[in-house]
Amino acid sequence: MKELSLNILDITYNSIKAEASLIQITVTESMKKNLVEIRIQDNGCGMDEAFLSRVTDPFVTTRTTRKVGLGIPLLKQSAEDTGGRFEIRSKVGEGTVTYASFRLDHLDRAPIGDMSSTITSLIQANDRIRFIYRHETDHGSFVLDTDELHEQLGDIPLSAPEVLGWIGEYIVENLEEIQGGKV
Amino acid sequence: MKSLAELQAIKAKMQNKVMLRSNDGEETIRVVVGMATCGIAAGARPVLNAFLKEVEDRHLNNVMCTQTGCIGICRYEPVVEVYMPDGSKTTYVKMDEDKVAKVVHEHIVNNKVVQEYTIGAFEK
Repeated sequence: MKELSLNILDITYNSIKAEASLIQITVTESMKKNLVEIRIQDNGCGMDEAFLSRVTDPFVTTRTTRKVGLGIPLLKQSAEDTGGRFEIRSKVGEGTVTYASFRLDHLDRAPIGDMSSTITSLIQANDRIRFIYRHETDHGSFVLDTDELHEQLGDIPLSAPEVLGWIGEYIVENLEEIQGGKV
Repeated sequence: MKSLAELQAIKAKMQNKVMLRSNDGEETIRVVVGMATCGIAAGARPVLNAFLKEVEDRHLNNVMCTQTGCIGICRYEPVVEVYMPDGSKTTYVKMDEDKVAKVVHEHIVNNKVVQEYTIGAFEK
């Protein structure tokens, strides 16, 4: 994957498939700590211990169209390639937390990329899920909670093109603010 | 800076439009973008966004963009399927943003399949 935002998009589809009603995506980038962290937490169906122990194996997948599943192995590898860490925890009936950390200044660390497109794509995929997206840097933090958007919009769906366009621009503006023009 | 209150204005503007959309359900054209790991790695996200933008810019109220998982032909990703109201289905392969503009213009607006981008053309 060329951008970490694409890994985030890919991994979050697992949460959608697990029928989560709440998905929390947290991205932290800190020059001070030389660290990028990604955390995706859902309240979906979760995995049992047997499946969880095999989930980083590329030859394990829930998909039926082919026999390889590369989403999780790719994220794990890109984290570990930078000297970072990967962890996935899950409980049946409670949900799953996927975590990956990266050394920020490592040459092999992919850029965070277009988080705005990732979040709008996810909302477009299923606008009945509550997404809470947090992004923190050394300069500040930004939170987007789709419940707050619903409050403003009433019965207008978030997936309407006009609304999605606005959400995309809103995220870009806020990220520029806390990223201080860098990246 | 944008504020959440701006959504109120969008809401007001859209209320009539939503009515319009729900009225002509039978004539809906469905665009399905494959968004599994294979699709995403090959560039499906900008393809999806390009479709959404074209639909918004051209006010194509009868087009519904949806996402799906792996379609099973990963070497041809990004893959897009277009379902017309008459039940016909076209599979476009190795899509990118420029190709999206052409598919929207020729196929979705003018009902003429862009043969050169279809899976049939690639498999020859």
